[in-house]
Amino acid sequence: MNKSELIEAVAHEMNMTPREASDVVSTILDSMSETLVEGDTIEIRGFGSFVIKKYDSYLGRNPKTGEKIKVPPKRLPFFKVGKELRERVNAKSN
Amino acid sequence: MTLTKADLVQKVYQTHNLTKAQAAETVEAFLRVTKGCLAGGEDLLISGFGKFNVKEKNSRRGRNPQTGKELILEARRVVTFKPSGILRDRINSQN
Repeated sequence: MNKSELIEAVAHEMNMTPREASDVVSTILDSMSETLVEGDTIEIRGFGSFVIKKYDSYLGRNPKTGEKIKVPPKRLPFFKVGKELRERVNAKSN
Repeated sequence: MTLTKADLVQKVYQTHNLTKAQAAETVEAFLRVTKGCLAGGEDLLISGFGKFNVKEKNSRRGRNPQTGKELILEARRVVTFKPSGILRDRINSQN
């Protein structure tokens, strides 16, 4: 499923026009992105949580050339799936 | 500060011409659709944010780290998240 299909499904569930649903979905996603950009955490019960992990700079290697390179410090978002979603995703496979 | 469902509802309520109840319902609908997609084993690609993948894990031998006892970990499905390049860049431009 992609973003436009997600918007369509929300529009359908809410009896909204695709335009309205698109605006609300954007608000939700922007608000989530903004939180992560600020380095803050997202916690949505039943869905999951997002945490920013900070990495110090380290000496890496270009796997092709073997050349040593300094990898700059970086921040990456991590998603941890919530209990309800984890169980539902798993239930289908058994 | 942690963003919760209540914060999302508040944000939607403030930004759009909806009642508090409608805002709450729309956030629930958003979560219901995303969870339903993943629960059905389908990947979810949200451009500009990231991609949620449903990955199949084979069963494997594991060990209880506390007792050291061997046990079989059953095959399972897990959800992984890969942030989009746009989001990754925005998160890093903040330093």
